[in-house]
Amino acid sequence: MISAPRGGRGDDTARTKQFEIKSHVMSQTELSHSRGITATRGNTDGHVSTLALTFHRAALWLQSPRPYLMFIGFSLFLGFWYLAVEVWKLPRFAEMPGLTTVVSEWLSKNPTYGLSIFMEEYYLHIWVSTRRIAIAFFLATAIGVPLGLFLGWSKRFKQYVFPVFELLRPVPPLAWVPLAIVMFAGSETPVIFLTFLASFYATALNTMLGVESIDVSYIRAASCLGAKRWQVFRHVIVPGALPFIFTGLQISVGVAWFSLVAGEMVSGQYGLGYVINTSYTMVRYPTIIIGMVTLGIVGYVTSAAIRMLGNYMMQWRTRELALGEER
Amino acid sequence: MTTQPAYTRSSAPVAGVAAQARKGGVRIMDVVKRYGTQDAGVLAVDHCTFDVPAGEITVVVGPSGCGKTTLLNAIAGFHSLTSGSIYLDNEMLCGPGRLKAEPGPDRIVVFQNGALFPWKTNIENVAFGPIMQGYMTRKDALEKARDMMADAGLRGIENNYPGEISSGVRRRVEIVRALMTDPKILLLDEPYRALDSLTKSVMHEALLEIFYKNRVTIFFITHDLEEAIFLGHRVVIMTTRPCKPKTILDIDIPHPRDYNVLTTKRFREFMDETAAAVHEEATKAFAAGEKER
Repeated sequence: MISAPRGGRGDDTARTKQFEIKSHVMSQTELSHSRGITATRGNTDGHVSTLALTFHRAALWLQSPRPYLMFIGFSLFLGFWYLAVEVWKLPRFAEMPGLTTVVSEWLSKNPTYGLSIFMEEYYLHIWVSTRRIAIAFFLATAIGVPLGLFLGWSKRFKQYVFPVFELLRPVPPLAWVPLAIVMFAGSETPVIFLTFLASFYATALNTMLGVESIDVSYIRAASCLGAKRWQVFRHVIVPGALPFIFTGLQISVGVAWFSLVAGEMVSGQYGLGYVINTSYTMVRYPTIIIGMVTLGIVGYVTSAAIRMLGNYMMQWRTRELALGEER
Repeated sequence: MTTQPAYTRSSAPVAGVAAQARKGGVRIMDVVKRYGTQDAGVLAVDHCTFDVPAGEITVVVGPSGCGKTTLLNAIAGFHSLTSGSIYLDNEMLCGPGRLKAEPGPDRIVVFQNGALFPWKTNIENVAFGPIMQGYMTRKDALEKARDMMADAGLRGIENNYPGEISSGVRRRVEIVRALMTDPKILLLDEPYRALDSLTKSVMHEALLEIFYKNRVTIFFITHDLEEAIFLGHRVVIMTTRPCKPKTILDIDIPHPRDYNVLTTKRFREFMDETAAAVHEEATKAFAAGEKER
């Protein structure tokens, strides 16, 4: 009921706007299709339709080969780990903890090296890392998005700021470590600062590119229709840059984890980076892997959360892409 | 019965439209537009003079890249002139002392690739102008938008996003959005260029229908001669760059027109008369290496 039959519409999304040759004559039947879509996805019953759409997607997903391929992919990876370390005992893998060791440690109620899903400390580390990410990411977004918007919007502002920005940007967060420790008191603020830095550049740069990518026709159309400068900013620049902004946020949260772990390895008392580093010095090798896997999972979750927020805020884009996807 | 009496001169207004004070006449006087410097620049428009009569459709035909869009942008207020002046209903839009017109809701552009905001639903797009200008509340604007869309046969897609409808329908929504603010003149910049010929023919009749209802002045740019003669009261054939009028034709095929016009003798005569001139300019443009923009 959701996949409205629309001949030839599949590749005709706005992303390929310049290739809109495959259009067809609007007929009464098409109008009624459109109405069908409105009924299932319209604003009035948005809640129900979102839920229905989710189920529909899940069902499609299970019918497709994708989950099974994913399962095979994981099996191959984990299988190789298991065989290389515990069965074949390959030379390079001699010191590495095996799959079964790590899993039994991770799931153990009484872990040999002190960290498993049953230990409170495990969640404390996750919580501390996540909180640092949240603060840094929030600051980077709150400063980076407006900065990027103005960089893209005002030529004059860009001429002042962008050269400085471009000179600072290539300096890796790790190079900031000594200065961060000197500048900020305690062990918490330097880590957050380092995390913020990496995020901030990605967000600001992508936002700026987003503004610059907006077709000038949209700005002209808005001014034709009587929009003032700030109205153009509010109704054209901001929503027009949104796809790029969310791309930037995805990258931003990724690099945030990256520099967070770097920061936690240098200073800090809790956190997953700290876990990995201390486990190394204290020769708790399975715990290193637990830390790494946990980072992978938490990082994926934050990334997915941002993607979901983006889809929610860009309904127009989600629907367009969905039309393409259902072909 | 389908053949129109093609030779009767149609100077009288179309039946059903009251002889109201028409607005939107544009006078283009001695307009020159040069990009870049005097020596190294490109002369896009060269001493161009012609009138766009109020309440009529004027179609400008010329090879791609000849400078038609430059002219439209000058009227709309997106570009400045190098010299000359443009008047709208005897008021100067741009000219000596003010080389760039101010964009405004009295002259609405419908863009070549379409410019419905993809992040707004169709009805929000249509209601955009009055809400921005603040002379209607959001609620009233949406209500009027709904009515106008219904009038134009666009019921049922109000809450869809432009990305969810076909490009032909998108173009119609965009024209309705333009009409929402009751402009004096519509500036259409090859709006049907990207459409296939079947859709195009439907769009032409839809445009004429809108025109007969609203009698808004239309300035229409195209490189398609058949489209020009079919739609226009007046067809201005442009030379290749630098662009200026080569021939100005008053098409005396009576309105309202429909697709049967295409097969009439008079239509073919206009085609024959002009095809040579257009072809000549296209050849020149090709020889000069003009590319599709």
